[in-house]
Amino acid sequence: MLPELGQFALILALLLAGMQAFFGIAGPMLGRDRWLAAVTPAVAGQAVMVATAVGCLIASFVSNDFSVSYVAENSNSALPLFYRVAALWGAHEGSLLLWILLLAAWTVAVALGSARLPPRFAARVLGVLGVVSFGFLLFTLATSNPFVRLDPPMPDGRDLNPILQDPALAIHPPILYTGYVGFAVAFAFACAAMLEGRLDATWARWTRPWTTAAWAFLTCGIALGSFWAYYELGWGGFWFWDPVENASFMPWLVGTALVHSLAVTEKRGLFKSWTLLLAILTFSLSMLGTFLVRSGVLVSVHSFAADPARGIFILAFLIVMIGGALTLYAWRAPLLKSSAGFELGARESFLLFNNVLLIIAATTVFAGTMAPLIADALRLGTVSVGPPYFNPTFLLSMLPLLALLSVGIHSNWKRGRLKDSQRLLLISFVAAAVLGSALVYGVYTNGHVLTPVGALLGVWIILSSLAEPLQRWRRRVRVPRGMLGMTIAHSGLGVLVLALTTVQSFTIEHDVAMAQGATTTAGAYAFRFDGVQDVEGPNYDGVGATITVTRGGALVAVLKPQKRQYWVQHQLTTETAIHMDHGNNILVALGEDLGAGRWSLRVQIRPLVSFIWLAALIMAIGGAVAASDRRYRGAKLTEATVPAGTEGSAA
Amino acid sequence: MTPRRRRMGLVIGIVAGVSIAGALALSAFRQNVTFFFDPSQVAAGQVPAGERFRLGGMVTKGTVQRAPGSLEVRFVVTDFAHDVPVSYSGVLPDLFREGAGVVAQGRLRADGTFVADEVLAKHDEKYMPPAVAKSLKRRHGEARSDPGS
Repeated sequence: MLPELGQFALILALLLAGMQAFFGIAGPMLGRDRWLAAVTPAVAGQAVMVATAVGCLIASFVSNDFSVSYVAENSNSALPLFYRVAALWGAHEGSLLLWILLLAAWTVAVALGSARLPPRFAARVLGVLGVVSFGFLLFTLATSNPFVRLDPPMPDGRDLNPILQDPALAIHPPILYTGYVGFAVAFAFACAAMLEGRLDATWARWTRPWTTAAWAFLTCGIALGSFWAYYELGWGGFWFWDPVENASFMPWLVGTALVHSLAVTEKRGLFKSWTLLLAILTFSLSMLGTFLVRSGVLVSVHSFAADPARGIFILAFLIVMIGGALTLYAWRAPLLKSSAGFELGARESFLLFNNVLLIIAATTVFAGTMAPLIADALRLGTVSVGPPYFNPTFLLSMLPLLALLSVGIHSNWKRGRLKDSQRLLLISFVAAAVLGSALVYGVYTNGHVLTPVGALLGVWIILSSLAEPLQRWRRRVRVPRGMLGMTIAHSGLGVLVLALTTVQSFTIEHDVAMAQGATTTAGAYAFRFDGVQDVEGPNYDGVGATITVTRGGALVAVLKPQKRQYWVQHQLTTETAIHMDHGNNILVALGEDLGAGRWSLRVQIRPLVSFIWLAALIMAIGGAVAASDRRYRGAKLTEATVPAGTEGSAA
Repeated sequence: MTPRRRRMGLVIGIVAGVSIAGALALSAFRQNVTFFFDPSQVAAGQVPAGERFRLGGMVTKGTVQRAPGSLEVRFVVTDFAHDVPVSYSGVLPDLFREGAGVVAQGRLRADGTFVADEVLAKHDEKYMPPAVAKSLKRRHGEARSDPGS
């Protein structure tokens, strides 16, 4: 009964989404203000229906109802309860349902937060969100219904893909999707502004917290995925430039540009149409990410589905959504002229460089991700594009970005007078050079040409970001949340640059064949192989090794990596063992029985690799702090006439 | 006129920067794209000499050989029309097994052995790497598995 109820709820949700879209967009357009009253109830009703559908599917998972095809494909009676719930988004159909649920949640949040917005504008925003939701619901019902029954039911399920049975991966999709879907709000605000034909500083102030919050979630989601790839895939890398990783990284890059361009639009009333374009682009890339991952067009560990019908539907949907938004843009954007000018060296110019460099970075990533598809379509052969392409091209645009950041945050709006901050920049640069060299040449000994550059830039960004809040704090001047958030996020970026530099420069990695009692060394550490024993879990068995790690004779850790075989899918998985010692991540992965009593083992030392994910978390916290600035919540309709650029210099 | 001229300068600078970046990316592209070949293409001599490429096919059953206790492993990759012997030293991925699809990255040695420095099995259990599945279908009517199932 429950699956049918769920399906019925989804159909009702589709109808309500259609209502929300129609009344939200047509009401203000035709001047029928009475229609606007129908929008909010439609939002609420849709949210309840979507939540009901998700609840029904979760109930089917929890009660092991293997008459439901999706449950039978992705769960098993031996699967622990936690993963039975997480199996909801273990494959294509449920992931879409999760997408829709999160969109409904964001929409409710916008509806609740829109009490201060002009009613017509709010209706338009909700209407656009309704269009997005309608499209995804239609897609789910037409091509990817998670409630399809099996006749006869399967005696037991085929189990959740074992590499997905992991706590970090269980929460990775919801957080990543919260970010993806959150950009739908920025997109809806952009479309609503174009429909109104009006865009002012107040609009930017409404849009900023939503965009920054979505960005923070996306940052967390990407970091979680990277963390999972590090310890679960058994290779010990943190970023592979895998198409699916790129699919989430492109909206992040463009979203970061959007967050910065919104600052200019709010403070100075500039970059208006550019900001709109970025909002469209960011959400388009979020949807493209869903498309790339879910249509199975790219070879990737994440591509669960390989169904061309779905691909064509999403492609058509993308064309309608993106094409529609861009048409609206072409028609309306010329209305939104930016009047003010600025000098080279003013903050606006640095934010422009920021945007240009981020877009270049996103473009190179896009080119590398799509090249295999294009080459295949043009019959140029099957190609793959990997780190040798991505690493240098990405650095090429990121190095100037990082170098300009410190100067940019200390520049003034409008005026290109850099003299005011010359001394501060010089002092922080020298301090960064000293600290960076100390790190590179003192703690670690060798390195790459770019190692000192990376260390210098990382430290410089941290020091210069902290300078202004520290000065304010000393003078007992209040630090607004927006500035505090910016400081935290930029410091996080500095930490990220430092961590990436040390990891890329000083990683040690060996594959070794070891007999029981043998010892191998990597860096300052010695690894003794103490043999293997059998292990058994709730739905798998396997072998576990014991490896004693010492440094200069002193015990550091006893690591127990495992090789598991899951019963249902007969899939082998590698469970790496990780220990952190003095900032060094020691990773051991168990390979296979080589015969003659020897096993293959992978031993890896990655200095400061944990700081990569920590840095992402710091950046996300910065975003959350900035999004919570009361300035945004105080933005009332009456302020709409206040000219832009009357506030202080905080971005 | 100065602000306008300054803005023009800015625009020109940006356009120049973008073009330089584009040119560099394009050259990075041409140097760093890895081509995929199947054993028949290798046998036909389509692989440029000394080039790093990806070899894809099935691991022939019963060909995985290893000197006991050594990381060195040898196996044969086939597309049912031609075979290529492969040698690799290191930890094999979890999804590597006889009779399953595999993609190896490396170079062809003069004696015709493919020396892999990386063995990938990044597909999941349900389907073959699409490139391999396509090549197998082309070479042999009864490809083991279709990519959609």
